[in-house]
Amino acid sequence: MSAMGGVVGKIADCDIHPSVKSMANLEPWLSKQWIEHFRSYGALRNQHYASGAAYHKSQPNASRRDAYPPDGGPQGSSLEFMRKQLLDQHGIGFGILNPLISSQGVRNLDHSAALCRAINHWQAENWVANEPRLHASIVVPYEDPEASAAEIRHWAGNTSFVQVLMLSRTSFPPGNRRYWPIYEAAVEAGLPVGIHAFGNSGLPVTSVGWPSYYMEEMVGHAQTSQSGLVSLVVEGVFERWPALKLVLIESGFTWAPSLMWRLDRNWKILRSEVPHLKLLPSEYIKRNVWWTSQPLDEPENKRFLGDIFAWLGWDRILFSSDYPHWDFDDPSRVIAFPATDTERQMFFAGNAQRVYGS
Amino acid sequence: MAETKIQVDCDIHPSVAGTATLFPYLSEHWREMSVVRGIDDLNSINYPDNTPLTVRTDWKPARGRPAGTAEIVASQCLAPFGTSIGILNCLFGVQTLFSEDLAYAYVPAVNDWVRAEFLDRDPRFRASIVISLENIEMAVDEITRCAADRRFVQILVLAGTAKPLGKRSFWPIYEAAVRFGLPLAIHAGSELRNSPTSVGWPSYYLEDYVANAQSFQYQLTSLYCEGVFNRFPELRVVMLESGWTWLPALLWRITKYWYGLRMEVPWTDRSPTEVVRDQVRFSLQPVDGPPDPAQLRRVMEHIGSDQLLMFSTDYPHNQFDGTDVFPEGLDQSVRDMMTSGTPLSVYGRLA
Repeated sequence: MSAMGGVVGKIADCDIHPSVKSMANLEPWLSKQWIEHFRSYGALRNQHYASGAAYHKSQPNASRRDAYPPDGGPQGSSLEFMRKQLLDQHGIGFGILNPLISSQGVRNLDHSAALCRAINHWQAENWVANEPRLHASIVVPYEDPEASAAEIRHWAGNTSFVQVLMLSRTSFPPGNRRYWPIYEAAVEAGLPVGIHAFGNSGLPVTSVGWPSYYMEEMVGHAQTSQSGLVSLVVEGVFERWPALKLVLIESGFTWAPSLMWRLDRNWKILRSEVPHLKLLPSEYIKRNVWWTSQPLDEPENKRFLGDIFAWLGWDRILFSSDYPHWDFDDPSRVIAFPATDTERQMFFAGNAQRVYGS
Repeated sequence: MAETKIQVDCDIHPSVAGTATLFPYLSEHWREMSVVRGIDDLNSINYPDNTPLTVRTDWKPARGRPAGTAEIVASQCLAPFGTSIGILNCLFGVQTLFSEDLAYAYVPAVNDWVRAEFLDRDPRFRASIVISLENIEMAVDEITRCAADRRFVQILVLAGTAKPLGKRSFWPIYEAAVRFGLPLAIHAGSELRNSPTSVGWPSYYLEDYVANAQSFQYQLTSLYCEGVFNRFPELRVVMLESGWTWLPALLWRITKYWYGLRMEVPWTDRSPTEVVRDQVRFSLQPVDGPPDPAQLRRVMEHIGSDQLLMFSTDYPHNQFDGTDVFPEGLDQSVRDMMTSGTPLSVYGRLA
């Protein structure tokens, strides 16, 4: 752990996934109607399988085989074991919960909103209230932006919550005006919007149709996030809400410099189409956007990653472990290239403090 | 002794003025259908006629579409750049037709038009075989028909397809490509069977155009994962008007998941980086690079090879001013590789 220096115990992990042991865990916060609805119909999403994912993961729940809690349940479902295996072992002093429990993409929008509300209660009361190092994300039914805004306003000011959570595969480009009530409410509440990879949009997961493999799905989150970011910039979301903080979670970031060059270049040619943009696209991105680190790409020459950190700015990238998922990043090993103590401090702790006020 | 250096421009776009232009190459039935049904034009929204990107101002004619004749293209795009071989990639929107019969009425007409109006009129021109992916057997037939003429040097498809290009249903096309010594070129643009982005239809053309880079990334991932490069080690894939500064980040990411998920794609016997060095090339324009030449040189180091890029003007699209086609910061030896060495090694039919 020598590489970690003074940040051990104070590391901010900006992507942790808590699980329910079963959906029954949410029942204390669901009405009888929704409990019965779920038992009869499930939570129907824009995808084939009633449970699990369209692309089968490489292992159960896409999670580490050593992360099953000793007292049973899926990985990530025990606070006690998460404390031991993640927070204590890796010196995490500030962790953000991003629940990926079927709720946000549920097609019945009323059911979606009810599940999101229940998950938010469950986070606040079962996790954050019992562990001061953990902080919650407001899960919103983003395909119903008005209900999402209401959900944000419901929790605004509650210190258990440090961001608003969306998923990257929205049914319309995320900059589309239909989603603007979400951004407006987030800014009003002083909360960053985190957009995490995954989701079920109903569209193929690539712009060239459905691929064959989970591996392609995983690589493709980077391209989906690129398109989402382009939309948010070009539709003018950051022009309208200069104070909006956007955190792209588990989306990769090494693609960002190239995307900014491409956007700037084409904006110069086509700017007559988008007079509402007053700054270069890259200027909005540098002002409004942060990225979490996991999964960190793997060039043969690890110093190339150092170039990307430098080009985006060490102040823009936040450490994340993605616990308990299989592609977990260990903070003591994640920076495998030269970096100064100041840079490490920003990456592991300082940036999260600036974005989330940790 | 005068220098007789070969210079290849691998991405030039002749324009079809409208379906009437193709009438000499359509059967009487399809001429009649075009008139009766009012099928006047198949220009796609990939390049709407009048955006500032579609045509460079000084290449815009007083009326109609640019690049309509061999004389105009040669005078604007070959001579000023000292190009000795120009590869024509016609983007008339035949790829989007849903009817297989209609598609394979217009597809051969486009290829025959290019042959008669360009290849037969100026020996410096070569062309790509335009196909539609709506019917793979018909595509292979069209490739076979055109491949008999060695002035057709590659096969052309669009980046935005209905299904990812690695899927096995497409493999007869790659088999034909290898059989005839034709690279597979993937060009910017979409059939629009899917929305331009994986998160739906954006509001602005700027987003559509930027999204081409994401489609290319999905396609390269698909071709790699499905094992196309393993099954067809002689196949060359050329990405045209794709941009290329996204390449290092994509390769690093595919590598990351190849390490973790290789069990799913056990036929992949080389790393993504090796496969690209062996079998994939990119056209120079557009250069989505940083303003700082030193930083661009660092991007080239990330790419790790000076043999992946091939000279292109992307004429008549508006990608650069004057004849200033190379970004700052590239050595002469790298430029020579782009204009001559690499295209001559990729296009077997240019030898």
